[in-house]
Amino acid sequence: MEKDVNRAPVVTLTDVVYNYREYDDKGEEKITNRGVNGVSLSIYKGEFLALVGRNGSGKSTLAKMLNGLLLAQKGKVDVYGLDPTVEKELYQIRARVGMVFQNPDNQTVASIVEDDVAFGPENLGIPQKELRERVDTALADVNMLEYATKTPSRLSGGQKQRVAIAGALALRPKILVLDEATSMLDPEGRRDVMETVSKLNDCGMTVVAITHFMDEAARADRVIALQNGKIAMEGTPAEIFAQHEKLEELGLKTPRDVELALALKEGGLDIEPKESIFELGEELCRLLSKT
Amino acid sequence: MLNDVAFGQYYPSDSFIHKMDARVKILLSIAYMVAIFLVKSFFCYAILALYLLIKIFVSKIPLRSVLKSVKAVLFLAVFTAIINIFFTKGAEENLVWSYGIIRIYSSGLITAGKMVCRLVLLVMGASLLTLTTTPVDLTHGIESLLSPLKLIKVPVADIALIMSITLRFIPTLMEETNKIICAQKARGAQFDTGNLVQRVKAFVPILIPLLVNSFRRAEELALAMNARCFEGSTKRTRLKKLKCSWRDLVAVLLFIIGIGAALVVRYAGVDWIADLFNINVDWMKL
Repeated sequence: MEKDVNRAPVVTLTDVVYNYREYDDKGEEKITNRGVNGVSLSIYKGEFLALVGRNGSGKSTLAKMLNGLLLAQKGKVDVYGLDPTVEKELYQIRARVGMVFQNPDNQTVASIVEDDVAFGPENLGIPQKELRERVDTALADVNMLEYATKTPSRLSGGQKQRVAIAGALALRPKILVLDEATSMLDPEGRRDVMETVSKLNDCGMTVVAITHFMDEAARADRVIALQNGKIAMEGTPAEIFAQHEKLEELGLKTPRDVELALALKEGGLDIEPKESIFELGEELCRLLSKT
Repeated sequence: MLNDVAFGQYYPSDSFIHKMDARVKILLSIAYMVAIFLVKSFFCYAILALYLLIKIFVSKIPLRSVLKSVKAVLFLAVFTAIINIFFTKGAEENLVWSYGIIRIYSSGLITAGKMVCRLVLLVMGASLLTLTTTPVDLTHGIESLLSPLKLIKVPVADIALIMSITLRFIPTLMEETNKIICAQKARGAQFDTGNLVQRVKAFVPILIPLLVNSFRRAEELALAMNARCFEGSTKRTRLKKLKCSWRDLVAVLLFIIGIGAALVVRYAGVDWIADLFNINVDWMKL
């Protein structure tokens, strides 16, 4: 399925740098080279971009610069023409760039699903009537409307994370950033969340997924691999995953089933990479039985 | 082991009481608690208990859930009772039992009984409030009731948000505590053997990881709140508006009847009942 990707960038990062500070035994401040060390990239409207890299490669730091949670120490960030260093524009950026984090428990503010989803737009000062509509639409988009009055602590991991996505969607963002949003979920929850995200992407939402699951990255339109805070590889999943040695250098590995799925897709088969080899097998059987 | 602490946990239902305005519920609960301390006889406690039981019945909450909250203060209740039984001095003719220097008077037993009644009624009443009101409504109600304080620059909205987040994290931290306990048990830790000092010491390896994790959680939560455009509570709007309805009026009337009866008995005495119905009312004066 080809998406109509408009080639005008909505987000542009130019040579951005963010290094974490460290304090030694004497309490003296030291700037490390951990974080992001000069990255330039553009994000295009409607695309599904995956950021991959091993721990400490700077991928989460980079994600937090997209909505001004971290401000670039050097370089320039431009989100829809807005500048995160200007305080008034910072909140406009955060309303445009929704973010979902790793741990679903630590991003839930309220003890009722719909109240939690409402938290974002409440902060924007949206009037009550529109709030209700936003909350219901957001919950319907992630297929959680029937849980609106339930307690998040009683939901499964995948459901909690879908509520977190709804919480971001209620801000009516243009871009959805997933910061390892599936890494704490079981396989079923992971599939749940990825399907929701794919659906949103199909409806035109720009998605940036930070992940260390290669099958998730393989579903993206474009993959960027980071190493030591710099871009090491960039391209379509097929291009990236073909370069085994280079990937291994970055501490990443292409699972065999992902590689197979991508090869079959290249060859014209209607197949997407799956969470496991078993599911790929099932999908192949389904395709076979159809022909 | 910690799952049975019901205090502060909302019990979802669609009862009459669940649908009431949180502000009215809070005010009535406070008034009820004041009434508990005003009345002094067992008969009055019985009236209050009846009022409470009707409330529990209307709220559709299983009695067991409400009683669970009493479990949390059971130790305190027993402790107060024992202190009162052994240390209340009465007249010699009230002596019930004595052994050496231990002397138990009937007045002590009565005081102890009343103390326990008070404590149980108090905790059950308070937990009924939190069981029937979502933390969000509760804090919203408190915020609304405290809003006059905004005039003297008290950050009421921020305080309300802090409270609701605190309540929201109770089940999460509870779950985490259980996980840590299991993890420590799997490594051979023992929590239910040894003397008191040893047992308290055994809890240190639970509390430290819990504390450290709480800080980590707080940091992540702050980040997530910032990502969702949080910039102080001043200009926030609310998804739900609190509204008084006919339900609240009915509840207030019932409250006046129930608590009023207890207060009438307390202040007007019961002799008029004796005159009116020509019955013996001495048992009501206990």
